[in-house]
Amino acid sequence: MSDAVSSSTISVDVAVVGAGPAGLAAAVAAAEAGARVAVVDAGAQPGGQFWRHARETVQPEAADDQPDGHGHHGWSTYLDLRARFDAAQRAGRITYLPGLQVWMAEPGFTLHTTPAVASSGTVPATVTASRLVLCPGGYDRQLPVPGWELPGVMAAGGIQAFIKANGVLPGKRFVIAGTGPFLLPVAAGIAEAGGKVLAVLESSAPSAWLPHLAAASGVPGKALEGAEYAALFARHRIPYRTRSIVTEVLGSGRAEGVRTAKVDAEGRVRPGTGRAYTDVDVVGFGWGFTPQMELPVSLGVDTRIDADGSLVGVVDERQQSSVPGLFLAGEVTGVGGATLAVLEGLAAGAAAARPDSTTPVKQPAAITRHRRFAQAMHQAHPVPAAWPDWLTPDTTVCRCEEVTAGEITEARDNLGARDARSLKSFTRAGMGWCQGRVCGFAAACLGAGPGEAPDAGSLAGSAKRPLAAPVAIGELAALD
Amino acid sequence: MNFGNGPRGSDVLVMGAGVIGAATAYFAAQQGLSVTVLDKGLPAGGTSSACEGNILVSDKELGPELELTRYSLGVWHNDLAEHKKLWEFESKGGIIVASRESSLASLNRVMAVQQGFGVDVEELDQAALREAEPHISREALGGASYREDCQVQPMLVAAHLVRLATEAGARFIADTPVTAFLRSGPGRSVSGRDGGRVTGVRTPRGDFPAGAVVNCTGTWAGELAALAGVEVPVLPRRGFVMVTEPLPPMVHHKVYAAEYIDNVGSSDAGLQASPVVEGTPSGTILIGSTRERVGFDRTVSTAALGLLARNATALFPFLERVKAIRHYHGFRPYCPDHLPVIGHDDRAPGLWHAAGHEGAGIGLSAGTGKLLAQALAGLTPDMDLTPFAPARFGESGAHTSAHREEATA
Repeated sequence: MSDAVSSSTISVDVAVVGAGPAGLAAAVAAAEAGARVAVVDAGAQPGGQFWRHARETVQPEAADDQPDGHGHHGWSTYLDLRARFDAAQRAGRITYLPGLQVWMAEPGFTLHTTPAVASSGTVPATVTASRLVLCPGGYDRQLPVPGWELPGVMAAGGIQAFIKANGVLPGKRFVIAGTGPFLLPVAAGIAEAGGKVLAVLESSAPSAWLPHLAAASGVPGKALEGAEYAALFARHRIPYRTRSIVTEVLGSGRAEGVRTAKVDAEGRVRPGTGRAYTDVDVVGFGWGFTPQMELPVSLGVDTRIDADGSLVGVVDERQQSSVPGLFLAGEVTGVGGATLAVLEGLAAGAAAARPDSTTPVKQPAAITRHRRFAQAMHQAHPVPAAWPDWLTPDTTVCRCEEVTAGEITEARDNLGARDARSLKSFTRAGMGWCQGRVCGFAAACLGAGPGEAPDAGSLAGSAKRPLAAPVAIGELAALD
Repeated sequence: MNFGNGPRGSDVLVMGAGVIGAATAYFAAQQGLSVTVLDKGLPAGGTSSACEGNILVSDKELGPELELTRYSLGVWHNDLAEHKKLWEFESKGGIIVASRESSLASLNRVMAVQQGFGVDVEELDQAALREAEPHISREALGGASYREDCQVQPMLVAAHLVRLATEAGARFIADTPVTAFLRSGPGRSVSGRDGGRVTGVRTPRGDFPAGAVVNCTGTWAGELAALAGVEVPVLPRRGFVMVTEPLPPMVHHKVYAAEYIDNVGSSDAGLQASPVVEGTPSGTILIGSTRERVGFDRTVSTAALGLLARNATALFPFLERVKAIRHYHGFRPYCPDHLPVIGHDDRAPGLWHAAGHEGAGIGLSAGTGKLLAQALAGLTPDMDLTPFAPARFGESGAHTSAHREEATA
């Protein structure tokens, strides 16, 4: 064994996985309630995807050393949490373990970690804790479409992360497509950074919000955000086309254009509405988010299907899952954005610090309100039921293993493969490098059959990843 | 045969659509029998989906096991030749590597005996070994090459054999667990051992009468046999397999360490592992495999992963920096004497078994299915099935209880 992989063991009261909005809040709340806390995060610095920012060279102790929050929502919340996080670290109540990914969580709880970036020189640590708060967040949900395997096609969130981390754009001329309010900040971020957004294509329609206005009105901040984006879109002349989709990414060797069309409420293409955009170099897709469920699933939490079709963990009013001592906060309890994630993180952290408290807990009203808003958002921006109709038999669904839609429907119809697990066995969809993180939802939909949504069993089969992150065999060899 | 009349009836009812049940159904349908296959879930839902797809000659004990292995190999190459592509049949060959003088000496002894029994095995000196596997450890002293060792994708074998059986007239019904046996004589569905001839099965979807009921339920075979009042001591033996990230071809054969052969036949309950490292057409490398008797415990064992990793890097040092992207485990169904149970159960007339193939079930499935189908059709099987007879466990099954206690202790 080389020295680089010898690891240390850290024992604490509360372990937190993730240092995004939920994880930061959970760590701060647990530490301030008196617990000894360890935070494991894949990022090099706190903030997660939502508050991803340029590399900090110094600890932001003085006000003018603070990282630039330009383009970030809730940046003051970040600065507040970050100050409390740093203070708890200095006071020795938080042990912060950045640059590490948990590859396995054992009941009870033990976290085995591995460097998130192989060459970073970060030393893996093993963390044991009597309570665990999982805040692993989520990632862009993707739906396949002909041509989506071409270089230049990115996840909408990937474009945003690229800009936030590097301060430069991954291309010049963009088309952003999918559904949900997240497409707006992505397009805005591109425009602010000097990129040209040729169009934002939203498969849903603003009128879809009408039935949900009552729920949405409980969260006025969101309406304000919407108004800001509207002004920004007008200023940068970004066309926002509703009930529109990309039907094909065009290009030889890399993305060079897209074909688009209008769709009806179910997502069926309206004949005669096709048009093409040429001279495109980046196409960004976002169909909502997939919560990162491998750790909760591996620890056996009860799950359910949320309004957006995602597999999420069931929690009580203290954010505790069906596994005693295991708390969940953020997207893994239902995709709902950063504000909700912070509220859930604060609740989970406080509860994890005082597990024996018998004081009855009432779920904070703000959490209830934001969850209601999130449900309304999901209902207004569904994954169109007819999306599989956009595929041709030779459309790649699993990019890692190059499995086509035709191979998947054949395995479904001829071999009886109707869930993500059996599709994986018979076609290798989801067996490659990403282990189904990208194609899992789409493959599960195709397995369920036309017009059917995948059930929790199928999605849990897809989220079941006994190695939650790739880990070097040399590191495993050190286990006894 | 003329049993099982009526819309749900058939000559043969196969319980279990793993690779053994699928092969049995396929060959029974080829014999012109009417066949119904039931599974409590989908095809290949049990051990068939949690193994390495081995068709091995190299690790077999001399005697009935080796004989069945070689018969089965012939069935794969001849009867099933036209379907090879469906299940990614690959004649990749196996290499056993010895890294110590003592294991090299035992390997040479085993080789000499195997050659006497007609096994295609060739000695490899250090240079030949390095030529066959350029990335093998410098510690490796020599080895043996088994050209007959092959590989299939076992889930595809089961699924396609079920499909081919249905194309030949068989019926497959998923999500249908068997809850009791139908028995002839008074009280038709008595499940006690004196219930008379087995004449079909009961399920939540209704009764399925059949002339013969075949128990191909793998690790669950003992449970199903108990429903008929007979004991078939099939026990689970857990195995972990690790899978790496896709790489350019680095490992060209199935490569085992010489200790592998010892562990296969062992009854030791503790955690054991011998390195079995092999490349796959998709570029991933499979690292197998542990053997431990822990019942149906599904808890991931860091000890098992550590042992696999150490053994694999000892064989192929380059693996140290390669990433594992997943692992899986399964439960090999085995009998105390390490032979499968194949044939009619005289203790419960009408009930047949084909289970307990341990880690060799994929390889032995083709031969098992063909032989059993011959017997079910009333023909004399190509190979004598007596060594595999269920009756070897005794009338009462009493002596097998001792094995069960030993196994769970």
